[in-house]
Amino acid sequence: MSLWEIDIYPAEGQVDRAGEELTSDAIDLGLDPSIQVAAVHGYLLEGDIEEADANRLADKLLADSVVEKTVVAAVGDERLQQAPVNGSLLVHVINKPGVMDPVAMSAQKGIEDLGIAVDQVRTFRKYWVFGVDQGSVNRLAEKVLANDAIEQVVHGPLQLDALALGTAYEFELKKISIRSLTDDELEDLSKQGQLYLTLVEMQTIQKHFQGLDREPTDIELESIAQTWSEHCSHKTLAGRIAYKDDETERHFENMLKETVFAATVKIREELGEDDWCVSVFKDNAGIVTFNDEFNVAFKVETHNHPSALEPYGGANTGIGGVIRDTLGTGMGAKPICNTDIFCFANPEVDHDQLPPGVLHPRRVMKGVVSGVRDYGNRMGIPTVNGAIYFDNRYLGNPLVYAGNVGLIPKEKSFKEAHAGEWAVVIGGHTGRDGIHGATFSSAELTSDSEMLSGGAVQIGNAITEKMVMDVMLEARDRNLYTCVTDCGAGGLSSAIGEMGEEIGVEVYLDKAPLKYDGLSYTEVWISEAQERMVFSVPEQNWKAFQTLCESEGVDATIVGKFVDHGRLVLKYHDEVVGDLTMDFLHNGRPPIIRDAHYEIPAVTVIDLEDKAASLEQDLEAILGSLNVASKEWVVRQYDHEVQAGSVVKPMVGIQNDGPGDAAVVKPVLGSSKGLTVSCGMNPRYGDYDTYHMAASAIDEAIRNSVAVGADPSRIAILDNFCWGYTDRPETLGSLVRAALACYDMAVDLKTPFISGKDSLNNEFSYQNEEGEKVTISIPPTLLISAIGQVEDVATCTTMDAKEAGNVLYQVGVTKRELGGSHWTLIRELEGGAVPSVCTENCNAVFPALHQAIKSGLVRACHDLSEGGLAVAAAEMAFAGGLGMMIDLAGVPTDLDYSGDTENVLKLFAESNTRFLVEVTPENCAAFEQTLGGVTVARVGTITEDDQLVVNNGDKNLLTTPIGQLKEAWQSPLRW
Amino acid sequence: MTTPKVLVLRAPGTNCDHETKYAFELAGGQADRVHINRVLESPSLVEQYQIICIPGGFSYGDDVAAGRIFANQMRSHLADVMHEFKNSDKLILGICNGFQVLIKSGLLLDDDADGAPPATLCWNNHGLYEDRWVYLQNSSDKCIFLRGTDRLYLPIAHAEGKFVMRNEDIADQLQANQQLALKYVDAAGVPAVGFPQNPNGAQRNVAGVCDDSGRVFGLMPHPERFLEGTQHPRWTREGLQPEGDGLALFRNAVEYFA
Repeated sequence: MSLWEIDIYPAEGQVDRAGEELTSDAIDLGLDPSIQVAAVHGYLLEGDIEEADANRLADKLLADSVVEKTVVAAVGDERLQQAPVNGSLLVHVINKPGVMDPVAMSAQKGIEDLGIAVDQVRTFRKYWVFGVDQGSVNRLAEKVLANDAIEQVVHGPLQLDALALGTAYEFELKKISIRSLTDDELEDLSKQGQLYLTLVEMQTIQKHFQGLDREPTDIELESIAQTWSEHCSHKTLAGRIAYKDDETERHFENMLKETVFAATVKIREELGEDDWCVSVFKDNAGIVTFNDEFNVAFKVETHNHPSALEPYGGANTGIGGVIRDTLGTGMGAKPICNTDIFCFANPEVDHDQLPPGVLHPRRVMKGVVSGVRDYGNRMGIPTVNGAIYFDNRYLGNPLVYAGNVGLIPKEKSFKEAHAGEWAVVIGGHTGRDGIHGATFSSAELTSDSEMLSGGAVQIGNAITEKMVMDVMLEARDRNLYTCVTDCGAGGLSSAIGEMGEEIGVEVYLDKAPLKYDGLSYTEVWISEAQERMVFSVPEQNWKAFQTLCESEGVDATIVGKFVDHGRLVLKYHDEVVGDLTMDFLHNGRPPIIRDAHYEIPAVTVIDLEDKAASLEQDLEAILGSLNVASKEWVVRQYDHEVQAGSVVKPMVGIQNDGPGDAAVVKPVLGSSKGLTVSCGMNPRYGDYDTYHMAASAIDEAIRNSVAVGADPSRIAILDNFCWGYTDRPETLGSLVRAALACYDMAVDLKTPFISGKDSLNNEFSYQNEEGEKVTISIPPTLLISAIGQVEDVATCTTMDAKEAGNVLYQVGVTKRELGGSHWTLIRELEGGAVPSVCTENCNAVFPALHQAIKSGLVRACHDLSEGGLAVAAAEMAFAGGLGMMIDLAGVPTDLDYSGDTENVLKLFAESNTRFLVEVTPENCAAFEQTLGGVTVARVGTITEDDQLVVNNGDKNLLTTPIGQLKEAWQSPLRW
Repeated sequence: MTTPKVLVLRAPGTNCDHETKYAFELAGGQADRVHINRVLESPSLVEQYQIICIPGGFSYGDDVAAGRIFANQMRSHLADVMHEFKNSDKLILGICNGFQVLIKSGLLLDDDADGAPPATLCWNNHGLYEDRWVYLQNSSDKCIFLRGTDRLYLPIAHAEGKFVMRNEDIADQLQANQQLALKYVDAAGVPAVGFPQNPNGAQRNVAGVCDDSGRVFGLMPHPERFLEGTQHPRWTREGLQPEGDGLALFRNAVEYFA
């Protein structure tokens, strides 16, 4: 048995790009600017391998001889320790045992293809650091080179003698004494066992087992904790809430059901025969109708806590998880596009300002973007829409929303498992990955989370999921199974538990295929190992199902059987290790009762006179503010065109680099019907009133879709609430108030919510230098995602200005609404009225504008959002490479304003339901007639001269070259 | 006209197989998506086909290097049948990941006397995956797939698309033999000078390469992503083209068997 190390360096004359980037990161970190980092990657191969074979593998498989060179030697050999520059210090970074290593798995396959036997393969990275002392290298390793959540750092040469993982597991049934515990002891047990259950819940469990006259086993307790976790049961928002604000008082039995969900029920009733919702709030994703053949499914998930600890893995498995949600909807939807929205702290924050246990936001952002990129691109699913929102309150708790749209044949939209069928798991093997992910994600993060919960962090392997997707869609079309769901939070425990909820199931835990030895039966049950789906397969189909999976190299294993006894019976070999009634598991949780208060803040007025002296600088500052600035650096890293359905891309305009309002995708090759995907989010408005924040987010998501051509009567939306610690009545109150707005908006606009998800307790605590506990709570953050439909994609339009001489209209009314606006952000002002929504106005504007777009009367359309008319005009002009003349005198307002007040409001107010529309002179009359019932006014023209000119009557307010505006917008995040 | 049969060869991680099959069918061919495992089980399967296309994606995750594991399978298990196919006046096309597989398997350019490949596709200069539309110039009279085309506008979407040759002699020889068939240019057709016209830093602006016969062709851009007008990034301002620039490549392949 030998252990070979293969180091791979860039060949002579090739650039060490990774090394250069790390050198620059090291200097950013504040290390001596003369530092030089050389990056090496490599493989460890264990097995009976001759030196000649090791060399052959290096030459033919593992390195590229055109651009790389290798050093091959046994681990520990001096040849591996020869620094490229004398005096360099050596650091190795290697995955912690058990962390997913997809490259090693593929390398192993390649080695076998070459006819060489190998027992184990692992990858590693190796760095030579020159020009600094060991202390600096330690800091570099900790902050830049490695992430302690998943990787270990070895300073100096690697010292290893074997790679094999795991030791044989000796079965031992564990019982937990609970019946005689005091309340304090119950709470301790909950915490120590990472169950994260409340005292009342622990007491309920205690009583249950007292009644059964026995102690629970560990696996029973874990099953209950998983099923009752906030992450799986949404117990807070689906619980009883006593809500009170200055205007109303309400008691909810089930808050979500009585707000967001109730709106959809009401809309469906009102639509009657025209109801186009198919399956809402009950499956893994919501489903609505699309065309004669297909329905469409949509789901957006969050993966915040894992992304805070390990941004790459967290985001990676976040997108992997939401893709499995649509795959696990109905009998399986085919994923057709992704949408990803992130919230970070300012990426320029000083390293020294970071609280302990927090990763630098720039590193978080790079990691999250890479994680989404690598998973989405590998899955072959275009990422077509997204947004990034910056606020320093996301420092300890970045938010990662990942969404997926799927196409599902109409007749495959529902599913039902039956007694007698096999419970089958396919895809990835089970390891210790993500143990306690579901319970952990329901807890508050602390600076110790990294140590406590490292096991909750996972790395995905997209190709395993792609293989699962390929075979499952084939199996679906061959009717080989009756039910499917994904293995997400809670692993097999949640997936099989849910699927068997109405029937009963027995599970054979010893049968699950493992990544390595040593897992206890409980670890098998709650592992959140990625890329697994669970199916219910009728006995007569099992052979065909198994053969199909095998034919594409996908493992399929029977792990249980659905039995008509209403129980969850868990077995390890022949021993019963757990036996719970489905009724107690799913209905036994005591209801959570919470108070929620909201104090509606009084509206203050910002005096605008004397604040219009710097309109041009203000506009450039808003364009360059992080939320508005171009995200092209991110967008281009995502494949947004795979599957060949792209109609309106994320970046549009004469140089393909302007900010599109919404993406349009044509999901069926050869057909002309399209889908729009867009989003809305305004956390800053929530600082003023979460009702208007929610209403504005809904308006924004809808108007973005309408702007590209979506039919407003066929837009469905999703909610994702990310909030702070909702045990505090005022925090929960701000959420309930947002949910009330969701109800009002949805009902008034007849825009149904079809699915949603919440993530609570997004707070980060640490001890400051004085030893005081400091808590950072995220701002209330509601993401609204919209999916719209376009009958014929050839009628779509984009936001870039098209031709000089065309007329510009503002559709909608500008009001004195600057509260939470980006103008107040860059001017560092507080107060003002937060933008509200008039739903009656929406119901007039959206259909009329849609009619105009559909009739071909609109050359360009851009919605007015952050930065108001000024930003919309600037973006439209530079995206089209054309000038623009705007006369504010024509801008419609609710009241008469004058002087500085008028100019600031008309340029920067963020009132909802407004658009800037370009129309050719010959279509003006028809356009005005089509928009007959709504407020619309000529505000300017497109010009040839490359300048954005803003006048108010005779007075010139601003004349700026569009190149300058574009540069202000592009430069901040041009990484 | 005879309808040629196209084998769209997919591996775990291939993800452009559906639209590539669609492109060949739109061009008049009859295409099947076939998993590599079926070909490994019975290599003679390929004899039923006139065209083999390896589409884009991330075969085996692009682990180790893009296309490497798939190429290694071809070298280890399918070299004979693939060379036989290549030598029977049939066509082979590799798009993006397929190009990476062709170049690394030795099917596109012969290995040198020491068994080393003369060229490779490696990491983009900026070290990132990039999705972007590029202008391309047909630079070969011999490439069957590019017949009758001049300038093309197509999207690239890759991380490892930088074409690098082992030395200048090889470059000169391939150039002289018209094998550097497709090159990055600017909108006016002038050879690209750096990023973003040349999106990855490829030597001599090479975006696509054919073998000596012109019947084996690999390219980084995705012709199957521009078959119809609405796929163009600026169709809302420039109007709808009757067909996309990419369709010509598939039509040329099908018509070769007419």
